[in-house]
Amino acid sequence: MKRFSFLGKALALTAIPTALGSVFNKAYGQTTADVADALLFAYLLENLEAEFYKNVVTNALAIGVPSGAPLGALTTIRNHEVAHVNFIKTVLMSMSVSMPVYTAASFDFTGGNGSGAGPFADYMSNYGVMLALAQTFEDTGVRAYKGQAGRLINDNTVLTAALQIHSVEARHAAHIRQMRRNLSAGSLVPAGVTLQPWITLAESGISTGNGAADAAIQMSYTGEEIVTQAGVGITNINGFDIAATAASEAFDEPLSKAQVTTIVDPFIV
Amino acid sequence: MSINFSVHDEVADSSVKKSETNDSISRRNFLRSTGLLGISAAVVGSTFLEGCRKSDYNGGIDLGSGDVGILNYAYALEQLEAAFYTQVVMNGSFVTIFSALEQEYLKDVRDHEIAHREFFKNALATNAIPGLEVNFSTIDFTNRASVLNTAKTFEDLGVAAYNGAGKLIVDPNYLLLAGKIVSVEARHAALIRDLISNGSFADLTSLDAFGADNANALDGALAPPDVLTLAGPYIKTVINANNLPTS
Repeated sequence: MKRFSFLGKALALTAIPTALGSVFNKAYGQTTADVADALLFAYLLENLEAEFYKNVVTNALAIGVPSGAPLGALTTIRNHEVAHVNFIKTVLMSMSVSMPVYTAASFDFTGGNGSGAGPFADYMSNYGVMLALAQTFEDTGVRAYKGQAGRLINDNTVLTAALQIHSVEARHAAHIRQMRRNLSAGSLVPAGVTLQPWITLAESGISTGNGAADAAIQMSYTGEEIVTQAGVGITNINGFDIAATAASEAFDEPLSKAQVTTIVDPFIV
Repeated sequence: MSINFSVHDEVADSSVKKSETNDSISRRNFLRSTGLLGISAAVVGSTFLEGCRKSDYNGGIDLGSGDVGILNYAYALEQLEAAFYTQVVMNGSFVTIFSALEQEYLKDVRDHEIAHREFFKNALATNAIPGLEVNFSTIDFTNRASVLNTAKTFEDLGVAAYNGAGKLIVDPNYLLLAGKIVSVEARHAALIRDLISNGSFADLTSLDAFGADNANALDGALAPPDVLTLAGPYIKTVINANNLPTS
């Protein structure tokens, strides 16, 4: 079955004599070590998301998730993240790369570094807080994959799979943002901000009331405001009436591994 | 030799921009030909210039080879999307078949697609294919379902196209640019799908034909020939994709 042909290809890559393999890869600067490291990083992030959504769905009633469409959407997303974890695990195993074991106990979704008393402590009882966290995780995940894609450029199979995961995360992000926009109360969307399925300038669309928490969340959105791409100005490009907001929305921006690590650190025990 | 050198994508949106003549496009391309748009010096004289388009012949507009070919391929798809949404918004029925909120969304999507299209046009400079003539005769722009279903197809196809093209790109700068765009197309796709049926934003089982893998929660990914076959009915201009990279 063609979808699983990557297993054979990944094994074939490891059979290349080391010297030749390293010469080939160094010409491009991205090695199989880069592929493994990028995948391990993705594995961490997918586990974080999977455990988060497993928690959310299990405790939906306490959190205040309405049954019907909202619970359905969160369940769909949970299922996808769990599938991503299992898929990446399979790829890592096929590369003979060992991975850490992550469980629910590996993460502290209150953002408290393991204390369980971080700024998002009421995500387990407050629907709006939970959705704000979900949005941040999804938008961050999209930017994280984007930042790692270049490291996969020598591995067609892994690169394609990463792109296929990346766009699914973007679909998640768009829907979560819609869920927040449609909340009549308690959404944590700042007054005067209209939340879109896409990211406008560097607007997080989240105001928790806690300055430190807001600043932490902002890290996931800073950088999205740019309106120039590869030297091409996008605002009013070629005389078309394209506002700076639209220009910034039309392109999502990467985050480096270091930046994402800083962002997710409070959520990892 | 004559080429069907249409500028329907720009003429259609007369409310946004004056229509351009072929001459003014040629002038702009010439003026832009010396600018390589901030792309690193390491790229200049290497892959960026290698994939120059062969001259077009009666077999259609040649997308070119290498990274230039892939960028023209993306440019072609963005032309299609931008032309579509431009017509959606311009149609007299737009304000009756869509709520105020939906009108706002569709105008935003239109603007994003125009931004994408014009970005590729500028980035490709003298290597850019001309404006393509579109064929929207099967779309009823006065019908909400027809518009939304077509939008869904275009967005999902765009996602699959970028996801399938990534591995064909050699220059990591272009891979990054494609990555910046594909997630926005995925956001579009999610929105359109939810407007049709709330909750279907990531229904991967419905994307099997686009190469999605629901069991592993992977989105669509299609090779350029497959995408162009699916987009074909909507593009009148014959496109020659024979020189695109295949691996």
